[in-house]
Amino acid sequence: MKKNLRIPSQTEKLILAREFVADAAKGFGFAEDDVNNIALAVDEACTNIIKHAYQYAADREIGIVIVMKKPEFEILIEDHGRHFDPNRIPVPDMKEYMSHYKRGGLGMYLMKKLMDKVEYSIEPRKNIVRLTKYLH
Amino acid sequence: MNEFKISFRENGKIHVMELRGYLDAHTAPNLEEAFQKLIKEKKFHILVNCKDLAYISSAGLGVFMAFIEDIRAGGGDIKMSNMSPKVFNIFDLLGFPMLYEIFTDEHDAVKKFDAKKQATK
Repeated sequence: MKKNLRIPSQTEKLILAREFVADAAKGFGFAEDDVNNIALAVDEACTNIIKHAYQYAADREIGIVIVMKKPEFEILIEDHGRHFDPNRIPVPDMKEYMSHYKRGGLGMYLMKKLMDKVEYSIEPRKNIVRLTKYLH
Repeated sequence: MNEFKISFRENGKIHVMELRGYLDAHTAPNLEEAFQKLIKEKKFHILVNCKDLAYISSAGLGVFMAFIEDIRAGGGDIKMSNMSPKVFNIFDLLGFPMLYEIFTDEHDAVKKFDAKKQATK
């Protein structure tokens, strides 16, 4: 089963993405903690797009597709902005990171902690973030 | 719908910020302004009560990171209290308890501030 949502590239619309994904994850059978974690991971991915791919341009669009095939819950988040490969942002060693009071890159770290898989692909006209969580 | 509110009050000599609602990339600038305001007024002993904070993303967490150095340099601290397990879990995932003192109850956080003030007198 698939579900689709498009949101404008505006931070005030992040709540729509969270609610859309949380509803689907709940319906899929995830417990409340997992539902919250999935919604947060999607928020982080969309925030990265607004910030890095669209650089806060408010008139662009983010596409969210959820593909549900038990036990796999997969979310594809697409944008048509600047290419950036988040895998090139090193996942920080948090102890080292925190001791230097750094900021930024936290979203990347969180996504990897919250989901089972985080993948990126760059296609000719779009970037895709693929987040996967398995229902155990 | 994406509501986030900050209210300020004093608990003894401690400046308490109460957070309510959803703290994400949209609302994080409000928290940033709140910290800037306190720092400008040289109010460095800050307790953030998270009792009604329903949600936090890395944008919100980043704000705490951005100001802690200045606040400690001013002789103060940011302490936090009354987090729901959901919100605490996110702070914990990022290792915040290594860097910030997080209390179950506001009263305990205030006592800790007071004890430090006594010790440095």
